[in-house]
Amino acid sequence: MSSNALQQATPRGQNSVATRSSEPEPDEQHQYLTFLLGDEMFAIGILSIREIIEYGFVTDVPMTPPFIRGVINLRGAVVPVLDLAARFGRQARENSKRTCIVIVDIEGANGSQQMGVVVDAVNEVLEIAGCDIEPPPEFGARIRNDFIKNMGKIDGKFVIILDLNRVLSVEEVGVIANVANSAAAVSSV
Amino acid sequence: MNLDDALQTFIIEARELLEDMEAALLSIEQNPDDADTINAIFRAAHTIKGSAGLFGFDHVVSFTHVAESVLDKVRNGAIPVTSELVAIFLAVSDHLGNLISGIAAGNEPDAAMQALADELVAKLGSYLGQNAQANSPLPVATEAETPLERENSGGVDSDSWHISLRFGPDVLRNGMDPLSFIRYLSTFGKIVGIFTLADQVPTLSELDPEKSYFGFEIAFQTDADKETIEGAFEFVRDDALIRILPPHSLISEYQRLIEALPQEELRLGEILVRCGTLTQHELDVALNRQADHPSGPAHPLGEVLVDQKVVQPKVVEAALDKQKQVKDAKGAESGLIRVNADNLDDHINLIGELIIASAGANLIAQQTANPELHEAVARLSRLVEEVRDSALTLRMVQIGATFKRFQRVVRDVSADLGKDIRLEISGGDTDLDKTVVEKIGDPLTHLVRNSMDHGIEPVEVRLARGKPAYGTVHLNAYHDSGSIVIEVVDDGGGLKRDRILAKAVERGLIKPEQQLSDQEIHQLIFMPGFSTVEQVSNLSGRGVGMDVVYRNITALRGTVDVDSTEGVGTTMRIRLPLTLAIIDGFLVGVSASSFVVPLDMVVECVELPPEQTGDSQGHDHLNLRGEVLPFIRLKEIFDVPELAPFSPDGDEEDDDTEAGTSRLSGATGLLTEEGAAALAKDPELAFLLNPVSRENVVVVQYAGRRAGLVVDKLMGEFQTVIRPLGEVFNGLEGISGFTILGNGNVALILDVPGLVRRVAGNESRRNGGSGISLQSAKDDGAGRKLIGVGGAQ
Repeated sequence: MSSNALQQATPRGQNSVATRSSEPEPDEQHQYLTFLLGDEMFAIGILSIREIIEYGFVTDVPMTPPFIRGVINLRGAVVPVLDLAARFGRQARENSKRTCIVIVDIEGANGSQQMGVVVDAVNEVLEIAGCDIEPPPEFGARIRNDFIKNMGKIDGKFVIILDLNRVLSVEEVGVIANVANSAAAVSSV
Repeated sequence: MNLDDALQTFIIEARELLEDMEAALLSIEQNPDDADTINAIFRAAHTIKGSAGLFGFDHVVSFTHVAESVLDKVRNGAIPVTSELVAIFLAVSDHLGNLISGIAAGNEPDAAMQALADELVAKLGSYLGQNAQANSPLPVATEAETPLERENSGGVDSDSWHISLRFGPDVLRNGMDPLSFIRYLSTFGKIVGIFTLADQVPTLSELDPEKSYFGFEIAFQTDADKETIEGAFEFVRDDALIRILPPHSLISEYQRLIEALPQEELRLGEILVRCGTLTQHELDVALNRQADHPSGPAHPLGEVLVDQKVVQPKVVEAALDKQKQVKDAKGAESGLIRVNADNLDDHINLIGELIIASAGANLIAQQTANPELHEAVARLSRLVEEVRDSALTLRMVQIGATFKRFQRVVRDVSADLGKDIRLEISGGDTDLDKTVVEKIGDPLTHLVRNSMDHGIEPVEVRLARGKPAYGTVHLNAYHDSGSIVIEVVDDGGGLKRDRILAKAVERGLIKPEQQLSDQEIHQLIFMPGFSTVEQVSNLSGRGVGMDVVYRNITALRGTVDVDSTEGVGTTMRIRLPLTLAIIDGFLVGVSASSFVVPLDMVVECVELPPEQTGDSQGHDHLNLRGEVLPFIRLKEIFDVPELAPFSPDGDEEDDDTEAGTSRLSGATGLLTEEGAAALAKDPELAFLLNPVSRENVVVVQYAGRRAGLVVDKLMGEFQTVIRPLGEVFNGLEGISGFTILGNGNVALILDVPGLVRRVAGNESRRNGGSGISLQSAKDDGAGRKLIGVGGAQ
């Protein structure tokens, strides 16, 4: 990987290339946003996060899989909003005052795309040292293994660091992937 | 001046010229005697050669030169226009296109290209040779000097042309490098002598580096004709004084030359001598003669030349004609400017933002009781609408240019297939969005090829069926309710219904017992891998293509329909939206959600009477003035949640306050919360908020079919800036995009045909299953009676 040179050349904290790799690297940037889904805490690297906004004004889009909450108007752009809990096959919580939409950049086949994920509450941005990051367990996390980027140790407890590019990959969450079969059946005749 | 920019211009112009040339070639095949078209072909070749020379693309120049020579003879009637000749020139134009592409990519032509060029040059050369034997009745330009009468005593000894150049001061500013013209001269001849006149160069302090001060006297040896030499200077003709004298010209001509040029006579004479054009003796003669006629009337150069029998009157006329044509063309073009497409897109995007902002302002204005503000906003809205319309027309292009390209496709494919097929074009002046035009080319090519290969039958079959021996493919375009319809019509054999059915059953696409309408059977040809052809040709029949066509057109929010009668012909009908950016929409409300229906599809709005609602519990259609109108309940198909009844006290569930308010503003549209509360308190007016189960049907028309959309509220026209579905929602049937309302909420734009397809599909599936639909419809009807908030329209 040629990003080594790049990493040396760029100041710490701006090497967005390096964070994409799944293996923790010694001098990698280790800031993560932790948030709650239900009672469970998850973390995502802050580099892919654009902003966090209050939940509201989500327009429902019919005929979409349940984990797609709808779309919002983000300063003139229409951004899809996904329910992370539903994506993991869990029961979505009722919206509360702490419910947030985290706007993230997702790497798609046609470049990066903005998406919003609904989380029950955001906690804080914290640093997890490289030595506190473990590879994902083979099973036992109760979410799909490839969604997990790493396990991070926070205050002696392990927190799942999500690989959002996987969780929100357009190939999987897109309408085409989910209704392809029925759509083909309808449109072809 | 930036040479790269100029090069880009050259490439763009050359491509346009080649397109013109191709179109002209195809039309000349039909009307071989059309002199204008021949001239157009010649001009295209000539201009390409000229500008290629400016940039020093010698391979283009030398290749085009041969073609030009042949064209010149065609122009003079020495070579008849045959389809063989047209074929060669089509190949020439293709090759030039490749050369230009090579230049654009920065490549030198490779050996294969060179071989092709040589082959073409050889073919062209045979025409040139043939002409020599044919002994042309008209003198051509190369022979222009032969009929000249010569006074042997008066002619000069030199056998080279003499060219006097005085570049005007603005030549450099106009982007011309004088040296490049001289360099270009050496591509078709030899510069024997050159003398630079630097007299005009001022002192350094007065020197303007952007001005050209030089003049040149050139002695030039070439086999080329005068026009070729003149052609070299075509681009500076207006800016420079150019005098060209053929070899062995009369001394008197030099005398005129000396007179005509603004330099000191004696000095000029010396220069001519130094160039080797004149001998000292000849100069003396010239100067003496001049002394004999000290004050000759000043004649225009053309007249003088004719007078001197340097050129024939005909040649002058032709030249004047040509100049006039060039001027006419320039006049037409001066109304046009080239704009970067990206700039245009940015502009359209900004206008989209403007429309959203203006809708927001409109909404706020309506919440105030300020009549001046209302008026100002209304005026603003109208202007924004006009700006939008005019901006959208900027992107509109006529489809004719795309259609014309098919002349070539049809010609080539029919030659390949050995069928005689003619292309008819109509509706070429139909406008549509440039982005659509760019994307429609490939699918259209597929359809046209398909029609030619599979549609048009062999001649024997055609004759047996009583059709003319030649097949016809007809391209047609027209506007129809907010869409553009492009038809590919052939008078061929039509789709073989039974064969398609059999194949579909064989492939397991349908079950043998399934009953399909003709329309449904025809749609089967768009299935991936579907082909009924026994013989795979190199054009089509592999079963790839039609599904790609279908996909491409669907991606443009369009549809393809097939009408076919076996033995009579097939019509493929592509229906596309006019524009991809902004549409006039009709805003409707269903519970809390807003939807936009493209206004062009809306025919009328009728109330769905309660008794109708009761009647249509089991069936979703109503009686519209004696016609059956099937309708779609948006609430049902989109599973829109019912609204909680509006409560003036505002005691909604805690966690839902925000969503509730936003819903309300979306639902009541133009009503403020306060206003709604006031209305609700007034028993006389409360019904405005609660028009219980008063539903409306928006009647939409699409592709000749009508359907109704059952909605709660009609909220009127709305300028809709289309936001694409994006990757996540791509392929969503029934929704074609998003838009942002004036209040900042996102609304969905309905894709009516997709919706109809979806409902039809659901229904056919349901019919195979239980009677759930009936049950849910009843629930729906009962539930509706309970809801409170409706529209105040």
